[in-house]
Formats: sequence, structure tokens, C-alpha cells
Amino acid sequence: MTSGPAISRRRLLAGGLAAGAGLAVGGLGGYGFAREGQPVDPQSGVEPFYGVHQAGIATAAQERIQFAAFDVLTARRDELQALLRSWTSAAVLMTGGQPVGNPAGDPNAPPSDTGEALGLGPARLTLTFGFGPSLFGSSGPDPFGLGPLRPAALADLPQFAHDELDPAISGGDLCVQACAEDPQVAFHAIRELARIGRGTVAVRWSQLGFGRTSSTTAAQATPRNLQGFLDGTNNVHGDDQPTMDASVWVAASDDPPWMAGGTYLVSRRIRMRIEAWDRASLADQQATIGRTKLSGAPLTGTAEHDTVDLTKVGSDGKPVIPLGAHIRLAAPATNGGIRLLRRGYSFTDGIDSQTGQLDGGLFFVCFQRDPRTGFVPVQTRLAGSDALNEYIVHVGGGLFAIPPGIAAGGYIGETLFG
Amino acid sequence: MTPRRSLALAFAATLLVAACAGPAVAPATSSSAPVEQSTGPQASQATAADSVATYRAYIEMNTDLLVTRTKAFAAAVEAGKVADAKALYAAAREPYERIEPVAETFGDLDPAIDARINDVPAGGTFTGFHRIEEALWSKNSTAGMTPIARKLVTDVTQLQTLVKTVDLDPATIANGAVGLLNEVSASKITGEEDRYSHTDLWDFEANVIGAQEAWTAVKPLVVSRAADLAATIDQGFSAVLDALQPFQRGDGYVLFTTLTPTDTQTLSQLIDALADPLSQVAAIVVTAQ
Repeated sequence: MTSGPAISRRRLLAGGLAAGAGLAVGGLGGYGFAREGQPVDPQSGVEPFYGVHQAGIATAAQERIQFAAFDVLTARRDELQALLRSWTSAAVLMTGGQPVGNPAGDPNAPPSDTGEALGLGPARLTLTFGFGPSLFGSSGPDPFGLGPLRPAALADLPQFAHDELDPAISGGDLCVQACAEDPQVAFHAIRELARIGRGTVAVRWSQLGFGRTSSTTAAQATPRNLQGFLDGTNNVHGDDQPTMDASVWVAASDDPPWMAGGTYLVSRRIRMRIEAWDRASLADQQATIGRTKLSGAPLTGTAEHDTVDLTKVGSDGKPVIPLGAHIRLAAPATNGGIRLLRRGYSFTDGIDSQTGQLDGGLFFVCFQRDPRTGFVPVQTRLAGSDALNEYIVHVGGGLFAIPPGIAAGGYIGETLFG
Repeated sequence: MTPRRSLALAFAATLLVAACAGPAVAPATSSSAPVEQSTGPQASQATAADSVATYRAYIEMNTDLLVTRTKAFAAAVEAGKVADAKALYAAAREPYERIEPVAETFGDLDPAIDARINDVPAGGTFTGFHRIEEALWSKNSTAGMTPIARKLVTDVTQLQTLVKTVDLDPATIANGAVGLLNEVSASKITGEEDRYSHTDLWDFEANVIGAQEAWTAVKPLVVSRAADLAATIDQGFSAVLDALQPFQRGDGYVLFTTLTPTDTQTLSQLIDALADPLSQVAAIVVTAQ
């Protein structure tokens, strides 16, 4: 790939490439510096790319996501390695708000940055890369000889009750999660990575999420999902270091060594049966979730963050939070203390051509230290008896090992490929 | 197979008898009848009890029919008569599909009888109608199906016993009607329910007829309070059943695979147009009690 000039996209647009190049601001994400004294806008935020852990996990959830899974086309290890190096270089530039190449260079050659993010800031873009079980030869040949390095924690997910996963929007050898405050910045990132990888990898499926449904730090307010309920109230917070270390990050003592500092991502495209939900009574909706719709309080409390009392029994002798209520079955107390860091986004992809109904829901993403003791037991319980199952269906998803972060000069996946 | 509408008509007759036998309730004769004209609390209470008795009779009639038809279906399966079993499959499911929300209140019984293959978690056992459907249509065989058929008869017989104890009230009946239409939206109009036999439209009709009978049972509580709503719902049922008619063939229906996306969209949107007003009924019948 072409290495981009060290200049922000906003300056580039304002001053043209020649003038802009003279004002290079490096990876600082120009906008905030370009207009000192102005209020910081969502476009100006920069999330560091380098670190012990990859960004986009503990990072305060941005408003938008563009997620993509890729199939690897090459059987050559060196080509795959070269791609990961190119992707890393591009990610450094884009998370810094810079173009990956020259959007207006040689008139006889295609532009080396596609251009749609020109004028947009870094917008807190994070790019998080992962490896699916199939990269390790789980479902076929193992051209890269990675089978022996496959983490036991990257075991294929079992079939859960009521799963209707479409293979066309499930799985993948690689994944990239792009989160940003601006949807076009997130889209541009995935598009550039797909363009750079063309011939070596191909996009298998992709999902745009338009609104975050989780707060991943204590400072963020809890957002609402498309069912109109506050979602993610009891989420793990990225700034809660002890919980992150216990439940999310792979420890140096966990196997395999190349995953130390990494984590595991599970995504599920959860279609909501929106029309059926919209005609459910308020009481049914609240009993289904276990929370009050307006305040978000558990049915046993009055405010959002009140303790969820699973033992409280009403005057009718029945549990106040019903046995099938979503928050009961998802609660750490019901699941042996299991905690997942959720990073979900609402999505809509128009209508279902077969029914004319809205095709929308929750693009669920979660991170954990080991899916076998994280998502799998929790989802087994939810799939079995969650009252919400009447209103949702899991139609796609993936499982990916997220390798650790890197220092400057390194490349994503270096602990695996050496 | 019995003619499609005969059961519903027979039941409507039963309903009339039941209604006549109950305490006199003045039916709304005009949509402009003011709410205040509704019957007093005592009469309303009695009518609610009538609704429950009426719907309970409908459930029990269907579970009786379910047991009879499932036994015949299971006998064909056990005898290895593939063609006979195929011919009996859709009709055997019909009474179940009419009252499915009631069956769903009995925990594991509904998945045992009616689970589709993707409903079964890893390590679980796939039993019931769809397990046999898979063998009949995918493998054209009844091999290994005898224990499944016997268990199916046991399960529907247990359901027949259990439904006699189910708690019912008008709001539950009304919400059950909505639940039946949600079933249509979720799995019948997508062809997922009967993915081997493609007899989804049989189930589609059974869900709608079941919802209509549930509505008919609670309708007397609604007409005096919301005559316009009642009329809208009646029209909605007619619209759905009319739209189904072109797909009828003899005693049954065309295979789901012959429907175009336009066909399924039209049917789906008619279901939504009916289910939305129907979802207003529970709040009204609760007030009526």
C-alpha cells in the first residue's frame, strides 16, 4: 500500500495537498489543533492506536460501528503477513485522521485514498482486528499451519436453541471492527482496508450500526435500544481495571502465549421482530426485559442503577422479576458471576423483502477472556428460556480471537505470525 | 382431510349456543353506541366468564382432535406408509396450530411437539412433528421414526389432559390471538415452519382461524365498548382469509415454495394490519372485568 502523507484530512481539504503537506501535524488529529479556542467537536477526538491492548474494547463506546468479516483468499503466509502490516500502517493513519494515500495525485492512476472522509476528523476512530476459527483451519485446510496455535478458547460456538444463523452473514477468517463518532469515518476505514486487501482477502459480510446501545465507561449515559429500553446498564466498564483483568483481557498465564493481552470477540446480528414488539403491551414488554421502560429501573427498584433483586416476591406470590425476564437470565448472579463487556449497536438494513417488515435490531458485540466461560453459558441460558426470544432471532454472528495491541513499529498479529 | 372451514363453522354454532345460554347481554347494534351504554359490572363479569368458557371449549375440542389425528398420523408412520403419513401430516398439525399459545404455557411440551431443527440446542433431542416431517420429505422414509411417533402421541395426549387446567381470562385469550398472528409473521410467512414439506400455508390458516376463534370468544366484551375496533378486527380477519383463498387447492393449499415475494409481503402486511388493532383488545377486556 501507499503510505499516506502525515497530514490531517481536514487540513488537506482546506489547503489542498501541496499546501497541506507543509503543515503536517503528524498523528495528532489536526482538527482540535487547527481551531484552537473552539469547543471540541466529536470529529476531533483521537483514540490512541498503539497500546498493550487493541483500541475499541475498553474505549468509551463511539456512536457508530462498521464491522466487517473477511475471507482470506491467499494460501501464502507471507502475503497474509504483508497484508497485516499494510492494514496496520493504514490503521495508524486513519485513526489519526489522515488519508491513507493521495486522493488527488497522478491523474492517470486511481486515487490512493478513496476520499470520502476528506474534511472529516479522526472522530475517535478505533480499528480492532481479530482472527476467526477458520483461519486456524477449523473448517477446512490449514494453509498457514496455524492449527497448533489455535487457542482452546477459540472453540467453535455450539448451536444455541432457536439460532437461525445465515452462513452468508456469519463467521469469517478475519474481522475488523471500526468504531467512530462519524459513520462515514467508520465506513471509509473498512472500505480502505477492503481495497488494500483486494485479491488477498474478500469481505464476507459487513454490518453498519447506527447507534450505540452500550456504555463502556462509567461516565457514559446508558443509551436505548430499538425496543425503547435502556440497554447495558450493568455493563463492564473499560475503566474498571480489576474487572477488565478478571473478565476481559487474556492473562499472560492463559494459553496460548500469543494471546496475552488480547481478548475474544463474539458478535451476533440479532434481528428484532419489531412489529410484534410494537404490539406487545407495556406490561408484557417490561416483564420481558425485567425493567421499567421509562426509567430503566429494575422492576424491584425505582432508579436505573438500583440493585436488581432477583429474590423479591410480589403479593401474588410470584417473583417480581419474572423467571423468564431477560435481566434475570443475563445477570451475573444467575451465571456464576460471568461478566461480558458488551459493545452493541442498533442497526437497520431496510426491510425484509419476504415480509415487508423492518429488518432491524441489535448488532451485539461482546468481549471476554474466554467465550467457553463467557458468552457460551450465558447464551445457552438465554436461548433456553429468555422471554425476549419471542421478539428476537439471532441471524448471524462470529467468533474472533483479538490479539494484543502493539507498539510503534509492530504490526497487528505479530505475536501469532512472528 | 375435513373441509377447511367446517370446524370453524361448527364452532361458531357452539359459540352461539353458549352465548344464548349465558346471562343476557345486549349486543351493540350500532358503532355509535356510547361507552356508558355498556352493561353493568355484574353482567360484564358474567360475560367474561362466558368468554373463558367458550374459549376453553374450543381448546378442548382442538386437543381432542389433535389426539385423534396424531394417532392416525403416527399409525401410518409406524406402519411405514410414507405416502399416507405425508397426506396426514398437515391436517394433524392443524388443531395444534389453532391453539399453540396455550400449548406454549406448558414448558417443554411445545418444543417436544413442535420444535424446528434450529430450535434444538447442541446436545438436545429433536422430536415431534418436524422431526418426522424431515424423515418423510427429506429421506422419503419412516426409518427410525417409530419411537418419535409414539412419543408424539404421548405428548399430545398429555397436552389434552393439561389444557383442562390452564388458567384463562379474557386478556390472556386476546393476547393469545395476537400471539398466533405473531407466529404467522415469524415463521409461517417465511417458510421456516414446514421447511421440508412446504405446507406452511396450512399452519398459516390454522393460526389465523385459531386467532379468529379467540377473538370471537372475547368480542362480546368489546363490541359494546369499542364497536369501531371490533369492526376493524372483523374486517381484518376477512381480509386475511380472503387473501389466502387464491392459494387454496382442494382441501389444502399450494406449497409455500410457489409463493412470490409479493405474495408473502401482501399476506404479511395483512397480518400486521390485523394484529395491531387486535393488540388493543386486552386493555379493553381488562377494563370490562
